Amino acid sequence: MNLRATLALLGALALALFVVGEARRHAAATPARRRFFRHRPAAWGLFVLSFFVTLAIAAPWVAPYGPSVTLEIVTLKNQPPSLLHPLGTDLYSRDVWSRLVYGSRVSLSIGALAMLVAVTVGAVVGAVAGYVRRWVDTALMRLVDVGLAVPRIFLMLMAIALWQRLPLALFVLLIGLTGWFGTSRLVRAEVLTLRERDFVAAARGLGAGPARIILRHVLPNVAAPIIVSAALGIGNVMLLEAGLSFLGIGVPPPLPSWGNMIADGAAQLATAPWTTLFPGLAIALVVMALNAVGDALRDALDPRREAEWDTDGATL
Amino acid sequence: MATWLVRRVAASLAIVFAVVTFTFLLLHLAPGEPFLPSGDTPIDPAVVARLRHQFGLDQSLPLQYAKYLGALAHGQLGESFALHRPVADALGDAIPNTLVLVGTALVLELLLGLAFGVYQAARARRLPDVALGYATLFLNSVPTFWLGLLLLLVFGEALRWFPVGGVVDPVVHASLPWAGRTADRLWHLALPALTLGCVGAAGTARYERAAMLEVINQDYVRTARAKGLPERRVVLVHALRNALLPLVTLFGLSFPFLLTGAVLVEWVFAWPGMGKLTAEAIFRRDYPVVLAAATSASTMVVLGSLLADVLYAIADPRIRVHGE
Amino acid sequence: MTELLLRVRDLRTYFVTEQGRGTARAVDGVSFDLHAGETLGIVGESGCGKTVTSLSLLRLIPEPPGHILPGSFIELEGRNLLTLAPKALRAIRGNEMAMIFQEPMTSLNPVFTVGDQIAEAAIVHQGLSRRAARARAIEMLKLVGLPDPETRVDHYPHQLSGGMRQRVMIAMALVCGPKVLIADEPTTALDVTIQAQILELLNRLQDELGMAVILITHDLGIVAGTVDRVLVMYAGQVVESAPTPELFARPLHPYTEGLLASVPRLDTPHPRRRLHSIPGQVPAATAWPAGCRFHPRCPYAWDRCTVEEPPLLDAGKGEPASHVVRCWLLAEPARRTRQP
Ligand SMILES: Nc1ncnc2c1ncn2[C@@H]1O[C@H](COP(=O)(O)OP(=O)(O)O)[C@@H](O)[C@H]1O
Ligand SMILES: [Mg+2]
Repeated sequence: MNLRATLALLGALALALFVVGEARRHAAATPARRRFFRHRPAAWGLFVLSFFVTLAIAAPWVAPYGPSVTLEIVTLKNQPPSLLHPLGTDLYSRDVWSRLVYGSRVSLSIGALAMLVAVTVGAVVGAVAGYVRRWVDTALMRLVDVGLAVPRIFLMLMAIALWQRLPLALFVLLIGLTGWFGTSRLVRAEVLTLRERDFVAAARGLGAGPARIILRHVLPNVAAPIIVSAALGIGNVMLLEAGLSFLGIGVPPPLPSWGNMIADGAAQLATAPWTTLFPGLAIALVVMALNAVGDALRDALDPRREAEWDTDGATL
Repeated sequence: MATWLVRRVAASLAIVFAVVTFTFLLLHLAPGEPFLPSGDTPIDPAVVARLRHQFGLDQSLPLQYAKYLGALAHGQLGESFALHRPVADALGDAIPNTLVLVGTALVLELLLGLAFGVYQAARARRLPDVALGYATLFLNSVPTFWLGLLLLLVFGEALRWFPVGGVVDPVVHASLPWAGRTADRLWHLALPALTLGCVGAAGTARYERAAMLEVINQDYVRTARAKGLPERRVVLVHALRNALLPLVTLFGLSFPFLLTGAVLVEWVFAWPGMGKLTAEAIFRRDYPVVLAAATSASTMVVLGSLLADVLYAIADPRIRVHGE
Repeated sequence: MTELLLRVRDLRTYFVTEQGRGTARAVDGVSFDLHAGETLGIVGESGCGKTVTSLSLLRLIPEPPGHILPGSFIELEGRNLLTLAPKALRAIRGNEMAMIFQEPMTSLNPVFTVGDQIAEAAIVHQGLSRRAARARAIEMLKLVGLPDPETRVDHYPHQLSGGMRQRVMIAMALVCGPKVLIADEPTTALDVTIQAQILELLNRLQDELGMAVILITHDLGIVAGTVDRVLVMYAGQVVESAPTPELFARPLHPYTEGLLASVPRLDTPHPRRRLHSIPGQVPAATAWPAGCRFHPRCPYAWDRCTVEEPPLLDAGKGEPASHVVRCWLLAEPARRTRQP
């Protein structure tokens, strides 16, 4: 670790702390934010997320070396963690910490982008099904039934089997396209109850077309469940990416993703366990943070749950 | 109830049928081409054509579909491109292994998850609950295969308490007496099942804790206390019976997760199940195996959710009597 | 006077609410006696602390957030319920003192048959065999007037109407023959015609079985013909207590006056008079007003009421403490002139 990387790391930690502090300072402003921070793990999750996002953005400063720089293939391979290489080096004498930092770019963006695809498709399908109803609804929901019946990893395996070498963009798109089924069900249910409400009827009375009503009146009102399922969904996507990369059919090396770093490390699990340990820990931390934030968001955005929280754990 | 069941079974069959059709179309309409060279080694076009003919890929789509369905009805899933044996045989060897793994993990998941969830609810917001809350949140977030690798490292490589892979010891297994063979199997099963079960148990515990806390504040629990019942009976009979209902639903939902986890855990522990078979088939570009495995996995998911619905109907008198 | 069963002195039950909203003083110094075979009515608007009072008697307050303050005193036949060991307390619950709840729809466990739920207390407290307990449950269902008890005993709660479920609740409460029955707004959730039937049933059962009853309601009209003595509660306190005839003839607290004025009565000279209700509403238990807690809603209130909290003053003619009122009007009767 050189001075620049150390300072940058400290800066990232400080920034993450600052973000959480600011968020907490404004927490008393609305009941929703109070409910969010009433979840103990929520602040912690926010910190972890801010930290890793900062790492991803500032990777060139935080990482002492480039992601695929092989330092000294003979003397510096499989070095255990030391001051110079805080997370050790791997089989090709690459600095694990640097790869982890650059890997956060890959893993986090795949998570975010794939989730964006999934949420968009899910929201649109759910909104259309719930709003138009009749045969459109039936057809779409039967499709969702089928989609949910095939475990997502098998969907991905089937798709991947068809391509010789799957381009990364397509890989991300595919993850997104196999992950919208649950969201669409959620959105459809909300839309079904919403569409009978007065303001939607009023908009229809004013001559607004279905597309406009869905976009302007319905979707903003189902934002809460979408946001929650997105937060939880990013974690799932990251786990899926890691799993597929672990099988060697995800992110192609030498581009580092946390999943293929584990795959690389698994081969010398006994001799250099740190090459496996740290990327997995990074995934676990981020997914844990996303789950914590997702849970807290669910309570924050759904006022119906407030009563539960007041008495939660009161007895027994 | 009877008509509900018939409708529910019909819907399940329809879903399986749709999955079969979908995988068929994926195989035949997708841009990929099974007999194209995968590397730089060129293959004689004549050889490709012969292979296509041999596997019936040169016939018209409806005809292939009809044949495919017909074969499927007889339990035939086609011929593996790479293994030189029927897909049904390969799957037939693999599926029992996966079922043993998934079944054991499921039992672990439900038992451990239930115990911890109820315990946490009983200590809600006190130290044991908070500590277990973080522990389950963590376990629920780790990549399954990574946890498997860690367990393998600690208990397999370092401590040497458990074997590092396989279903049985290849050397001594056959020479063992019956009890020894069973022990050998369990010994090999322990780590993979524990890996898969722990991750699932963490999720179940979180779910069951919430369910218990919701139930424990219900009026009928207060009624049970007002009757003068011991607290154990209030919690373990009156509250738990109601908090078990959502667990039945969770049981149905956990199949896709368990199968997904199984694919990766089988890879880590060299467990010759469906997941490992499929992953290997991908590298060999062996479509029929991938598709058949995906179809079987979906069938298991559909069956699991059907079973969960039936169990729910049995467990909840409100559904049992009126049907749906 | 008959034998004293239940003695409650200075009962205070507080709830610590979530961050910042303070302590809810739901019950704040309630005292009363209950004699064998007597019927006591507790009346007050919603939020006055009636349910918390009755739950405190059986120590069913969820702790935390609630707790009964030291200094409170609840004594059943000489046993202090607040210091009783859990086991001894359970031997009283549902056995010597039983309770019926306001919500029959949610107070029965949906996954057990009503027969099992009734029999359970008899098995636990009286050691009955399952078979004997089931026979007992059928007997109880017959007693509470449920048609076709042999079939109903195997039904689940969702198969019964609200009125029938409340009958089941009553059967469940009475299966061990308790000395005290607490009925917390047993008819509030029911249709008017069913209400009358349930009240009649409670009356008949009390006559037959001779237990003491605490009947809680927000409707003074309900207690008129049924109870011996009325306790009027407001803001966690008893504001007036008197024998029923005395209370109806000579209501002294302005709150009681208000409650009485909102009861439709057949014997008043102007039956068509518009129903009068008390202006405003019960404040939150975390913020009882200073001075007399009723003063913001009281038509007679003057400056003394806003600063000085009145004690329970004796207004009894003859027997001491038979009629008590928490109101400064008793000290300054001349002020009882309705403000314009
Ligand atoms: N679990 C609780 N937590 C906080 N406050 C409570 C709780 N239970 C009751 N209270 C408060 O105590 C007061 C009295 O409630 P209750 O006894 O139910 O009134 P009543 O039965 O007369 O309608 C109310 O203000 C209520 O908000
Ligand atoms: Mg009440």
